[in-house]
Amino acid sequence: MSILISSETKIMVQGITGAFGGKHAQLSIDYGTQVVAGVTPGKGGQTFEHAGVKVPIFNTVAEAAKATGATVSTIFVPPPFAGDAILECVDAGLDLAVCITEGIPIKDMIRVKRAMSGAKTRLIGPNCPGVVTPGTGEGSKGGCRIGIAPGYIHKKGHVGVVSRSGTLTYEAVFQITSKGLGQSTSVGIGGDPVNGTSHLDVIKLFNEDPDTKGIILIGEIGGNAEVEAARWIKANCKKPVAGFIAGATAPAGRRMGHAGAVVGGHEDTAEAKIAVFKECGIEVAETPSDMADALLRAAKAKGVSLD
Amino acid sequence: MNIHEYQAKTLFAQFGVPVPQGASAKSAAEFDSALAQLPEGPTMVKSQIHAGGRGKGTFTNGYKGGVKFCKTKTDAKSIAGEMIGNTLVTAQTGAAGRKVQTIYFTVASDIKKEYYLAILLDRASSKPVIVASTEGGVEIEKVAHETPEKIFKVLVDPAYGLADFQVRELIFGLGLNAAEGKNAAKLIRNLYKMFWETDAAMIEVNPLITTPDDQVLALDAKVSFDSNALFRHPEIVALRDLNEEDPKEIEASKYDLAYIALDGNIACLVNGAGLAMSTMDIIKHYGGNPANFLDVGGGASKEKVVAAFKIILGDANVQGIFVNIFGGIMDCNVIAEGIVEAVKEVGLKLPLVVRLEGNNVDKGKATLDASGLSLVSGDTMADAAQKIVKLVA
Repeated sequence: MSILISSETKIMVQGITGAFGGKHAQLSIDYGTQVVAGVTPGKGGQTFEHAGVKVPIFNTVAEAAKATGATVSTIFVPPPFAGDAILECVDAGLDLAVCITEGIPIKDMIRVKRAMSGAKTRLIGPNCPGVVTPGTGEGSKGGCRIGIAPGYIHKKGHVGVVSRSGTLTYEAVFQITSKGLGQSTSVGIGGDPVNGTSHLDVIKLFNEDPDTKGIILIGEIGGNAEVEAARWIKANCKKPVAGFIAGATAPAGRRMGHAGAVVGGHEDTAEAKIAVFKECGIEVAETPSDMADALLRAAKAKGVSLD
Repeated sequence: MNIHEYQAKTLFAQFGVPVPQGASAKSAAEFDSALAQLPEGPTMVKSQIHAGGRGKGTFTNGYKGGVKFCKTKTDAKSIAGEMIGNTLVTAQTGAAGRKVQTIYFTVASDIKKEYYLAILLDRASSKPVIVASTEGGVEIEKVAHETPEKIFKVLVDPAYGLADFQVRELIFGLGLNAAEGKNAAKLIRNLYKMFWETDAAMIEVNPLITTPDDQVLALDAKVSFDSNALFRHPEIVALRDLNEEDPKEIEASKYDLAYIALDGNIACLVNGAGLAMSTMDIIKHYGGNPANFLDVGGGASKEKVVAAFKIILGDANVQGIFVNIFGGIMDCNVIAEGIVEAVKEVGLKLPLVVRLEGNNVDKGKATLDASGLSLVSGDTMADAAQKIVKLVA
């Protein structure tokens, strides 16, 4: 088991004919992911080929879904058009849209999010590394890799990872794998202030997933999403949880790379978030090198095995 | 992206948000022509820098106050002469301060009462929020903390837009009389229109004032824009003032590097914003002090790494460098080659600690070893951070 996606999931890639989207479609195919369709308006009828796999390209998401049965899309569309690409997934009734694109105007995302309320489709991102459910093959191949994360650092197992940041997700995944443990699913929700799926949404899914035995929650300065997740964990989650917040040394008012990583008020500092984590029984990683160890401490305290 | 008060007020006027009559001058030679546009009488002289706390600031030449009230235009001209070309230090500028290169003269308004008004993004609801308070001219964080009942907020539905009843809620909340309320309603609507149409990230009016004849005016204006949306606003990009930005940050942006100067002595070169932030944190955790935030991004090339090295070494405070790369997809060997080339090109004399992990890491480490460079490698972030902190101590 896993959350959001499994080795059975059929995905399409919006922007498969671009350099970035094409490269990562190839890597996903190499990983064993079922990439069944590409979407590039105007290039319908063409084929994307890699390693003997022929992926048909469609003009629209709806056509691609209808013809191939794909239920999930990965979006590699440039920022001015990415909001529209997300809405196209909603209109086609997909289960999940994962938007990798960085630099989408905030106003576009405000409108997209409003238009998505009540819709069936779940959005992850934008500005995110994507989602990986590792497989059982060598280097965790045979799993489902959506987005731009390195597949080979994963290992099939029972730790759920959720983070806003790509490289910090990889760091946590790598630490877990290095300790001989593995991941049920790793989810990068993205560094933008307006995004689809929140920390809390993912934590709820991990909490319900019988195959996830422990959770690493990685956050950063800005907003109150980590605080919201922590309070819910305190009230509802029995699984061991470790947490890390990046940006303790970031000066107020400066955007730290991610559009969402700006300290605005007193409540969204690293210090405030770490204090809430501790109050909610989340084992805090002292440094980013300590994330897997922190989860092991939390598991030990609860008498839970992560194997 | 931030803009100056005088630029913000020009936009306000274009969108029908009333402001006191004003005129700007970029040199002492322009004072007369600017003042000629204003009526004789009480005049404000306002230093234009991208930082708050101007009124309570001090110039490095000892002159106090970056915003002054003058009884006459003649006085205003002489006060402006004290400010222009000089460096103003405020609570928000840091010790270095900012050089005042523009003066904004405005008619000094008669103030009946001061209020607060702002529009920004409410992250929790993913909607624009309008914030108003009866307590203007003071720090709004303090008001929010001490007297939250004096703050009024409405969340705007992006599908419908700002509704009339929401404007009324704000006006009644502020306790305005009928004539003031009518003027304020128009102002709030137009300000929201500006926020939405220009892709503003934040508009803050502190204070918003009423006058004895029930006019409502934006006495100050602080406006910033969503940098992701600048591609569709050439008119906003034209307002960018490079004098207000760190030259190293401007240089970095040319190479698509996210760089922010800090006041420590350990330079960082990292891939990924989250990892870059936590690299700064781990340096601090082990007792060091980061000199910068630097994210080379996911697709770093050799050229980008070389440019990044030059930028971080442009900071005279730097006494050591910490390279922290988790090459997920990015090839560690590309980074290694970039480091070798950069070190040779700049003739690096400072201690350098490199932590490489991920894709093609063995080849990357071999490249570093074979280069003959005197660098220290770290196995984990923690190991590498402790090494660089020790080396610069």
